[in-house]
Amino acid sequence: MRELREMKATWIIAVFGILFTLAGPSVLELFTIITLAQVIGLSILALSLALVWGFGGILCFGQTAFFGLGAYAYVIAAINFGGSSWAILVAMLVAAAFAAILGYFVFYGRVSDVYLAVITLTVTLILYSLIRRTSGPEYKIGNALLGGFNGISAPPLNYPWDASAFLFPEQVFYVAMLALIIAYVFCSWLVRTHFGRVCVAIRENEDRAELLAYDTRLYKLGIFTVGAAIAGLGGIFFCIGVSRVTPDVFSLPQSALTIIWVIVGGRGTLIGPILATFALYYLTSALGSQSVLNTNLVLGTILIIFVLGVPKGVVPAISDLMQSRRGRKALRARERRLQRRRPSSTHNATTTEGAE
Amino acid sequence: MDLLVSIIFQIVYVIANLALISLGLAIIFGMMRVINLAHGEFLMLGGYTVVVATNNGVNIWIAILILSPLVVGLIGIIVERLLIRFLYGRMVDTLLATWGLSLLFIGLITSIFGASTATTISPPLGVITIGEYTSSGYELFLIGITILLLIAVFLVLKMTTLGLVARGTMQNAEMASALGVSTSRIYMLTFGLGAAVSGLAGGLLAPITGVLPTIGTVYIAKAFITVISGGMAILAGTTSASILLGAVNGVVSFVTGPTLGEVALLLAAIILLRLMPRGITGSIFRKSL
Repeated sequence: MRELREMKATWIIAVFGILFTLAGPSVLELFTIITLAQVIGLSILALSLALVWGFGGILCFGQTAFFGLGAYAYVIAAINFGGSSWAILVAMLVAAAFAAILGYFVFYGRVSDVYLAVITLTVTLILYSLIRRTSGPEYKIGNALLGGFNGISAPPLNYPWDASAFLFPEQVFYVAMLALIIAYVFCSWLVRTHFGRVCVAIRENEDRAELLAYDTRLYKLGIFTVGAAIAGLGGIFFCIGVSRVTPDVFSLPQSALTIIWVIVGGRGTLIGPILATFALYYLTSALGSQSVLNTNLVLGTILIIFVLGVPKGVVPAISDLMQSRRGRKALRARERRLQRRRPSSTHNATTTEGAE
Repeated sequence: MDLLVSIIFQIVYVIANLALISLGLAIIFGMMRVINLAHGEFLMLGGYTVVVATNNGVNIWIAILILSPLVVGLIGIIVERLLIRFLYGRMVDTLLATWGLSLLFIGLITSIFGASTATTISPPLGVITIGEYTSSGYELFLIGITILLLIAVFLVLKMTTLGLVARGTMQNAEMASALGVSTSRIYMLTFGLGAAVSGLAGGLLAPITGVLPTIGTVYIAKAFITVISGGMAILAGTTSASILLGAVNGVVSFVTGPTLGEVALLLAAIILLRLMPRGITGSIFRKSL
């Protein structure tokens, strides 16, 4: 429980999240509330990549594969079960199981990070072309027609174990926000546990972690699988938000966007990518509504600028800046104190500064 | 018998197609350890070069065989100077920056030519008959030109001074630079060569597939998986991986239809990488080029 006490910043952010959840429906319009469910789903996806990439050091370009599989599994299960309660569980399990199998091959094959990026991306693209071709009536799982290019319309969320009582958009918003906050607190807790610390150690230096007798393959597989389950959860809310799941969840632009959110928000933080998702989602929809600048053009430029100019991302860059300013301020205050005490030997005081 | 020949022809075509779309990527990856995620867009730009040139009255063969590698090679050199050269040795950042580049190209081409298919060009050359089956003559031409291209790349790397210097630079850049080689120029030319080969491939495929701003995504998954499965050796890797994966793809596609063909290709590649994490040429044919 030591971890829970250490998470002061997390709790503060969670409280802000809860306030936003409670205030949202009375401040925002209904339309915004409906689209927000979709953005929350995407931000859970960004959170999962922030965990896997930012803390696990696993460069997964295909996080959307688990996101999309979660969405598809939810829809198919909900149609077959006639209710959404178990479908949520099934969706997360399917995403996690797929990640566990894929992860077994790549981590136990000791595929290096760059190869891993390409393999995960390829898996996503193959899923894309596979699902797109399932338009015929012969492609169905249980009662759910896969629908190829058009996808499947998603059944709405319902109250637990009462399939006829659907949730209203406001209630979907509450549930989605709750899921986001719980996932965020969970990730924040996970990276502070022994398991999370070992994952960070592996990110920093895999050989050294291995020499300390940690089975790095197992830890990587673990965080990869957990990340996939969270991505699957994001997929559920995304498809409920758009009330449909289409093969586009597996498309290349979607994978690129996910990477961009994490890069812009910052690797090594959890809240950064979530905020970046909200900000960039509204930026891209604003760009989509005008026709001067192409969205891809802008996103590509953002990605290049961040890789070359702000490789750590916005949130770590700001906190670095604040820390260095605080540090400088403390240093100046200290120098002033020393000067007052020994007005004649300023030079001497600053040199001992470095030695301390 | 005719059926068998026709099937074998199809499988060989799938193999040649894989080798063709992967070669440019393999050159850049094998020589420079740069994974170019904008590879699909280099192919796309090659296709657009052909379409624009033929629409302006250029002979289709000149457009495909000369203009597309030239134009895309130049674009490659510009990209190397403006972007890639700041990122050598930072593999992950290169990956991300080239992905940004890929989006940038898609956006740029969409803004210029629109999101839908530009005027298509019909494949030159007629049909060939194998007994009672017919096949496209252009496909036969593609198989031939892929083999020629592989031989040409081999000759350039093995027989010319430029190839020798380039291989030396890739093995030990400091030593090459101590011997008076301008390594930065070699990197630029190698990237340009890879881009030119990608452009040629894109140009060659344009009459079959048509061109779209997003056509790169069709190729990119297959090209990457082929190059990664092949490993570091450019020619041996690309050829062996294309043969293996192309055969799997071709056979499964023939038996079950194209949907499962690509899945089988991917599964074969993942199992291959579990057994040989450094690709085929990481385990066998290690000394090859």
